[in-house]
Amino acid sequence: MTPTGLEISGGETVLFWVIAPLMVLAALGLLFVKRAVHAAMCLVFVMVSMAILYIAQEAPFLGVVQVVVYTGAVMMLFLFVLMLVGVDASDSLTETIRGQRWIGLLIGIGLAAVLGGVVANAAFPPARGLEGGDPGGVANPQALARVLFGDYVLAMEAVGVLLVTAAVGALVLTHRRRLTPRKTQESVAEARIKALPDGVILTPLPSPGVYARSNAMDTPALGPDGEQVPQSVSRVLRIRGQERPAPHGPAVVVSTSTAREKTGSTRGTTASATTESERDA
Amino acid sequence: MNPVILAAAAPGVTADFSQETIWASIVKAVLIVVFLLTSVLFAIWFERKVVARMQVRPGPNWHGPFGLLQSLADAMKLLLKEDLTVTRADRFVYLLAPMISVFCSLLVFAVIPFGPSLPFPWTDWTTPAQLTDFPVAILYVLAAASLGVYGIVLGGWASGSTYPLLGSVRSTAQVISYELAMGLSLVSVFIMAGSMSTSQIVDSQTQIWWFIPLAPAFVIYVISMIGETNRLPFDLPEAEGELVSGYMTEYSSMKFAWFFLAEYINMLNVSAVAVTLFLGGWRAPVPDGFLGGALNEGWLPILWFLVKLWGVMFFFVWVRGTLLRLRYDQFMVFGWKVLIPVALGWVVVLAVVQWLQRIQGVTFLDFIPWIVGGAIVFIAIMWFWPEKKEAPPGADADKEPVDAFAGGFPVPPLPGEKLPPSKRFGKEVHGE
Repeated sequence: MTPTGLEISGGETVLFWVIAPLMVLAALGLLFVKRAVHAAMCLVFVMVSMAILYIAQEAPFLGVVQVVVYTGAVMMLFLFVLMLVGVDASDSLTETIRGQRWIGLLIGIGLAAVLGGVVANAAFPPARGLEGGDPGGVANPQALARVLFGDYVLAMEAVGVLLVTAAVGALVLTHRRRLTPRKTQESVAEARIKALPDGVILTPLPSPGVYARSNAMDTPALGPDGEQVPQSVSRVLRIRGQERPAPHGPAVVVSTSTAREKTGSTRGTTASATTESERDA
Repeated sequence: MNPVILAAAAPGVTADFSQETIWASIVKAVLIVVFLLTSVLFAIWFERKVVARMQVRPGPNWHGPFGLLQSLADAMKLLLKEDLTVTRADRFVYLLAPMISVFCSLLVFAVIPFGPSLPFPWTDWTTPAQLTDFPVAILYVLAAASLGVYGIVLGGWASGSTYPLLGSVRSTAQVISYELAMGLSLVSVFIMAGSMSTSQIVDSQTQIWWFIPLAPAFVIYVISMIGETNRLPFDLPEAEGELVSGYMTEYSSMKFAWFFLAEYINMLNVSAVAVTLFLGGWRAPVPDGFLGGALNEGWLPILWFLVKLWGVMFFFVWVRGTLLRLRYDQFMVFGWKVLIPVALGWVVVLAVVQWLQRIQGVTFLDFIPWIVGGAIVFIAIMWFWPEKKEAPPGADADKEPVDAFAGGFPVPPLPGEKLPPSKRFGKEVHGE
């Protein structure tokens, strides 16, 4: 399959023999690595190497677009989805269709036979390079644009319409009607002001442990009056009953009880949190 | 094979690489890397000093004259710090990610022209002040930028920790959204210049720099370039108030320094692209033909290029010192519902106008009645457009909640129906 009629430079040969085996390794890695992100990385490597080979064969536009579109956009979306669905989720090996492994194996062998036959029977005309065989210079973007939007304009438009339809279809299928009015910053602020008589605090809550004996997550902050502020501890911890019990000592114990008297049911103590979590269970 | 030969043969490239030898290319490549590394050291000092001035404090002023050696000291500190590897990290990818970031950020300056062809005294030999150029040079810049994001994404994933993962997911979404707007804003420059090669684009700005006629595209580019480089007000992947420091939370020492380096080189990259495409490249800020064009020849244009580059860098710092970080949903809404539609609309308008002017021979005066007429129609429509009626507040408060389990099966509510509040909603610790 060595092309005749065109001398291939030594640099290009070296480039090919360095990149091609690495590409094959990465392509095999795509099949055999365990983790999905590693497989995606193998695919990215194959794509970028292919772009390098395109550029080496005097098709810079194709090479660069390969990187921008496939590596930059498509694979990035793949990675995005992989990360969103949980990166360490291992594949389930249960067969959902009966005998799908055997069917898959058969079809795979068939495809390999067809591809092998095509590759074995392919006859390449002698390579001419771009100077001899490409008078308009399809490698340069202007000539490429003329071909795409001149000779093949109908196909381009058809593909464009198809893609827009697919995008709109995806939007329509995933669309949900809004059942409740949208919460804006303004409406949230109004709701909080309205709830002021019910004991809601307008200002940001103090972090746990402010002015307290320790700054652990489960230690209530102390207010300016020396009283504990139970809301400073995460609601989850309070419901679970994991709030740190008030340390022994007259000052704090007194202040806890006064806090309970003052605000009634909105402020809680450790004991009641435990009862609540028991009630939940 | 050789990009140099490619450029010499390719149409649509102004720079003449016919005298280029492999040694000239190697020297240029080394010079570019040295330039970038020293620029980063300077940029860190520059940013700290300018932000300090904006906040009425002196900034770094202890090491070296005007504190210039401060960033060198910081770099040494980073080098000598302990290099941690998180136990749960995916070791190979964890190490690879910062390398990808730096490598891709170093690629862009290969196609940026620092000046026209440089004469060497006592020889006939001239060489263009850029490493290489080819017909799709700007697309190559976009490709390098989109590969660089893999560093951030993989770094966040490989850390095996929550904050970095959130940072990298944010970064993916951000880059996909803002690269679209950026690409669309660059298209208008391609339309006007008729080329995607950097030397040709600079050459097309002899009469007027593109940021004046293409002002909307320039504004879109400036916004999206800040989004691309993860700088304030768009630094959501590393928002320290929410994500500690996002994708680089688990990185320390030299690996962290690589991310840091890549971020600053990326700033220089997008600034250089802005200068080349919109701000006249290496052209002197004087009218064409001033002093017989002496300011645009020889080695002097490199100075103009650097002045403009640091002007854009100053803008970066200025924005950082002025604006607050956006909320994430507002940021995405801004990208998809404002930037991209505006950029698309602008490209369509520009293409139609160019077609009318170049192919149909319509002059600028012929447009005026159409523009005035269109403005009148638009104002008339807006004048008579019915006002949107707002639902009175509390309209749905008096509605009876529907029984979701009426027929024994859970049924989703129809529009206008109200569900009873969830049993888990607003659960609070009660004192009784």
